Amino acid sequence: MNIWIAIALTVLGCYAVKLAGLLVPAGVLERPLVRRLAALLPVALLAALTAQQTFADGRALVLDARAAGLAAAAVALVLRAPFLLVVGAAVVVTAGVRALGG
Amino acid sequence: MTSAGSGLTLWQTCALSLLVFTGASQFALVGALAAGGGPIAAAAGAFFLGVRNAFYGLRLSQVLALPRAVRPFAAQWVIDETAAVALAQPTRRAARIGFVVTGLSLYALWNLTTLAGALGAEAIGDTDAWGLDAAGPAVFLALLAPMLTSTTERAVAGAAVVLGLGLLPVLPAGVPVLVAALAAPVVLWAQGRRGLREGDR
Repeated sequence: MNIWIAIALTVLGCYAVKLAGLLVPAGVLERPLVRRLAALLPVALLAALTAQQTFADGRALVLDARAAGLAAAAVALVLRAPFLLVVGAAVVVTAGVRALGG
Repeated sequence: MTSAGSGLTLWQTCALSLLVFTGASQFALVGALAAGGGPIAAAAGAFFLGVRNAFYGLRLSQVLALPRAVRPFAAQWVIDETAAVALAQPTRRAARIGFVVTGLSLYALWNLTTLAGALGAEAIGDTDAWGLDAAGPAVFLALLAPMLTSTTERAVAGAAVVLGLGLLPVLPAGVPVLVAALAAPVVLWAQGRRGLREGDR
């Protein structure tokens, strides 16, 4: 029963915050400052998430094969490679480094 | 998946995936329950991880220009991946298509893998050996790169990386990313100040 309570609370909370962002009135969003901020927030969140998914192992920071994979993706991006090639480069290089015992 | 090992039933595991649909929150909830946390505390942690979706919604509602009646339904799909794809599109039409396609395919895939995982069909083996864990950050990086159009965006991204990594070991899961979001207002504020000073001259 306790687990269902936790699930219900999480469902409601997570849905509420998703909806809240969408329901902010257009009038508020027209303001230049809010506009700039709304455009920059995803940049900050995605940058932080990218870094965490690359260097985090639980709550510890590690430098492992994923870093090599992401570096390969970055190089592919600089070379203007198509999207799938960028992701593929990351996957292949990570697997390769791991296979070599990295 | 992980939840099957922490005392959740098949129904509970699938309900979580279908109704919460924010991976990080699901893992946090399951982890906290498995560690013996109370339902309220466990739900609070999961909630923190979900808060960032509100920030995506702010931007998405401008870009997608959704009719009011559609918003309650679209809201369920407001997550990292859909926001990243939709916001990387050049036109509103492309952004809407990106949002729907990403939302639909992820929703289907996510819930099917949850079901498969809960049923104990872990036949794929160690996905890490194939380097698949690097695909997530690579996708985010590829979607983020076109957004870094000026020094402002680059400064925000740089500061967010430092905050997100630096605070990871000291703050509870989910909070570092939220603090990293502060990079956006801080950089804007710093720029505003500099702009004022230059205006004085």
